[in-house]
Amino acid sequence: METIVSIKPLLALLVALAGSVMVMLSGKKPNIREGWSLVAAVTMFGIIASMIPTILPAPLGLGQKILLPLFKILPGLSVTLRVDAFSMIFAVVASFLWILAVFYSAGYMRGLHEHAQTRFNACFALALFGAIGVAFSDNLFTMYLFYEIVSVCTYPLVAHHQDEEGYEGAKKYIIYLTTTAKGLVLPAMILIYVLTGTLDFADNINTGIFPAGVVDAQGLLVTVLYIFCILGFAKNGVMPFHHWLPGAMVAPTPVSALLHAVAVVKVGVFSTTRVMLYVFGVDTMHALNLGIPTAYFVAFTVLMASIIALSKDNLKARLAYSTVSQLSYIILGVALLTPTGIEGGIVHIANHAFSKITLFFCAGAIYVATHKKNISEMSGLGRAMPFTFGAFAIASLSMIGAPPVAGFVTKWYLLTGALDAGQIGILIVLLGSTLLNVGYFAPVTFKAFFGKPPEGEVYTGIKEAPLTMVVPLMVAALISVVIGIYPDFIMNFVKAVTG
Amino acid sequence: MDFLILNNGFPYLSALIFLPLIGALLLLAMPGDNACRNWTLIVTVVTALLSLPLYWNFDLTTHLYQFGEHHVWIPGLNINYTLGIDGISLLLVLLTTLLMPLCVLGSWRYIEKRVKEFMVCLLLMETSMLGVFMALDLVLFYVFWEAMLIPMYLLIAVWGGPRKTYASIKFFLYTLAGSVLLLVAIIALYLNSAPHTFSIPQLMGQGFSTTFQLWVFLAFFLAFAIKVPMFPFHTWLPAAHVEAPTAGSVILASVLLKMGTYGFLRFCLPITPAATMTFMPYILWLSIAGILYGGFTALAQQDMKKLIAYSSVGHMGFVTLGIFVLNSQGIEGAILQMINHGITTGALFFCVGMVYERTHSRELSRHAGIGKYMPVYVTFLAFFSLSSLAFPGTNSFVGEFLVLVGGFAKNKVVAAFAIPGAVLAAAYMFRLLQRVIWGSPQNPDHTGLVDLNTREIVTLAPLLFFVLWIGLSPEPFLKVLHVSVNHLLTQVGTLPGGPMAVAKLMIP
Repeated sequence: METIVSIKPLLALLVALAGSVMVMLSGKKPNIREGWSLVAAVTMFGIIASMIPTILPAPLGLGQKILLPLFKILPGLSVTLRVDAFSMIFAVVASFLWILAVFYSAGYMRGLHEHAQTRFNACFALALFGAIGVAFSDNLFTMYLFYEIVSVCTYPLVAHHQDEEGYEGAKKYIIYLTTTAKGLVLPAMILIYVLTGTLDFADNINTGIFPAGVVDAQGLLVTVLYIFCILGFAKNGVMPFHHWLPGAMVAPTPVSALLHAVAVVKVGVFSTTRVMLYVFGVDTMHALNLGIPTAYFVAFTVLMASIIALSKDNLKARLAYSTVSQLSYIILGVALLTPTGIEGGIVHIANHAFSKITLFFCAGAIYVATHKKNISEMSGLGRAMPFTFGAFAIASLSMIGAPPVAGFVTKWYLLTGALDAGQIGILIVLLGSTLLNVGYFAPVTFKAFFGKPPEGEVYTGIKEAPLTMVVPLMVAALISVVIGIYPDFIMNFVKAVTG
Repeated sequence: MDFLILNNGFPYLSALIFLPLIGALLLLAMPGDNACRNWTLIVTVVTALLSLPLYWNFDLTTHLYQFGEHHVWIPGLNINYTLGIDGISLLLVLLTTLLMPLCVLGSWRYIEKRVKEFMVCLLLMETSMLGVFMALDLVLFYVFWEAMLIPMYLLIAVWGGPRKTYASIKFFLYTLAGSVLLLVAIIALYLNSAPHTFSIPQLMGQGFSTTFQLWVFLAFFLAFAIKVPMFPFHTWLPAAHVEAPTAGSVILASVLLKMGTYGFLRFCLPITPAATMTFMPYILWLSIAGILYGGFTALAQQDMKKLIAYSSVGHMGFVTLGIFVLNSQGIEGAILQMINHGITTGALFFCVGMVYERTHSRELSRHAGIGKYMPVYVTFLAFFSLSSLAFPGTNSFVGEFLVLVGGFAKNKVVAAFAIPGAVLAAAYMFRLLQRVIWGSPQNPDHTGLVDLNTREIVTLAPLLFFVLWIGLSPEPFLKVLHVSVNHLLTQVGTLPGGPMAVAKLMIP
């Protein structure tokens, strides 16, 4: 693969940083402030999109890789940016959804007359700065740096309401995320550096960075480091370190939507899978037999989180546990170590993003329009808010994995991958989780459209949320369908990863 | 004088030592408080500027002591006035000279009584601190070492807080106890060396008997461990920090603590290498104990200064850990961490001092939620706190990373015990930040609280600059260490394997 130097990834990051500063400076004038957010989001997406032809594999593009060294800390330890097909999947999705989220959060925050909107918007931009930084990292240190920036910059968003509940959720959030990062990832990173003398990611998913001698001689140590990495990037929501995510639902819904369905949690799974594929590599994972045990380990999260989701009446809580479950799909797919499995896992980064942000957008729209949080109170509401619940239905289908929505593409690849790997157990897990998904998503839509309103309640005067909210959620739902029908665009990137 | 590269031009080192002293004498003639402040600022800034050529003209290719000066002082006892710096002391000298102007700025309004005397003490401190780092003769070293004691005692005892008497006496007794042992070791070394000498470089590689080395090491170790302070010799530190005025705390944390670890590097390792190998495992475990104890205790503090003081115990544990893993990453990381701790903890003490000037309280709960009223202040505080918890991209991360790389390369079990310390650092610093920036839904009333003024921003900005510079590009700082550290390691490393048997018993 040809490597070129370009400052575009740096520009994309600086745009988010500058956007945050401009938001802070124009805090007194809400329209200008939101204008800066939009300018930053659109510019960032534009810069990232402009790299698509460079990265996209031949014959559609040039199939190059962008590298940009920034700071050299120690030999083998640097801040270096890299853009390859894997980064682009995450970066394109996250930066595009930021544009939708800017519109949506303007509608949401103003609709509810939330306080401290300037801080909110500034931190939002900083969180995107960190998330895109993770996507564009060329080594474990750079990734760790941006990963921690995301943790710190999203704290104010979770604590936004500044009440007891908000502080409690935010405390849990920061404790889970920093303890795992410092307690597990940091020592893993240092030991990898001691063993290999570098933290730079490999060029392909097969070789990893461990010399063969190290894997043979220190297999146990490498296995321990691997476990530290899987558990240490706790933003990936793998049980038992997933509690922060339901706790973070105290945040305003745009945060839950973009950050806790797309940016932050995807930073977690992106980091995990990046390390699995580009630090350890398929060969090492095969040699130490790490793949299938990982798949079964996260399969527990897939099933358990779905079961917990069934029991939640609060819509956002149900969505949060659904996220925990769906994130593990991604790791499960990659852990199968077959090309189709890895592709299924990676493409789910994008698919889950579009679908889950739709669901959260819907939850927020319902809250703004009716101030309802619980599913049991939403019976019959679909007739008053058809667009919102229509989008919800589409996104639910994607979560379930029904054609022709994006989630089907994932399921197809994952099931094929499980068969390729000869893992009937994983096949059963996937099918079981599909049934559970039906169990907790279908009733929401069904009751909303066909159920009767609760006793003594009439839905007169309830109409759809403002257009700034409904349009983004419709767009996100629509894209889920487009990916489901025409998955080739995104699969081009995914196939470039597996080579 | 084969260890010294004599300086034939301008005597930089003597000038640096005596400039503050002369400044202090002239200060006595200054009328008025403001004249004293301005004059001290001028003197410290000139000293700082004068120290910069040391870095520019530093020869990176030799382990010999540079900018050397050698004058016979008391020929009968072979006592000489010998100065010189190598890679190990260069950064500490620069740290000292660069911090002093900030200390003056930080005390501008904080000190309102006996300004002249205060400034004299500051300048005397600067002279003796620089002397400690530059002296290559044990007697000269001891003179400067003891000379620090009085002005530091006065800084706490005169300008300190309510319990200043207790704190200053405790500081004095602890340090004096260490000094006595140091003197014993110095005399023992003189009597056992052939020919009798006080020259530090000539005492290295003398091949003293192992028993003698053990005793000398113990005497040195106690003196320096008190200064560092290593657990369990740390109890004077929180008391002294809490009661000392801001500038006192900054000097104490940033420079004085480093003298202990500097002593390990300059005396224990090269002069008594066999004893170093014998005691190494015990000291590693003591360092771990300090890291964990400091972290846990900091987590429980309500007083902001105490919190930072206990965090120092933890951070200095990382430094001693790095020194005694006895490999190049560990020692380079330890020296860098000494500088980092000086910058970061110094900055944090300035930060606490700045709110103390406004509210006359150091209680965490009293300052809950000031983020809304002092946004500039909390921005600085946030950066320094992140640096203190070794956030990637800040100076402490590089130091801690190197120390842990050295640690894991040496022994995985010992290093693994330091990891909870890193987690604890995040815990207590985030706790501090959370309280100060956000607080709880019931915050005290902060109306009327004004944000930082220009002088305060000028005090903190250079420190922030170094936090990010070292964090993102530490090479200019690390490159001066390589040769000296490697030389130090050869001095320790060429040893019979005997004492290692004990080491093997202690660490699995």
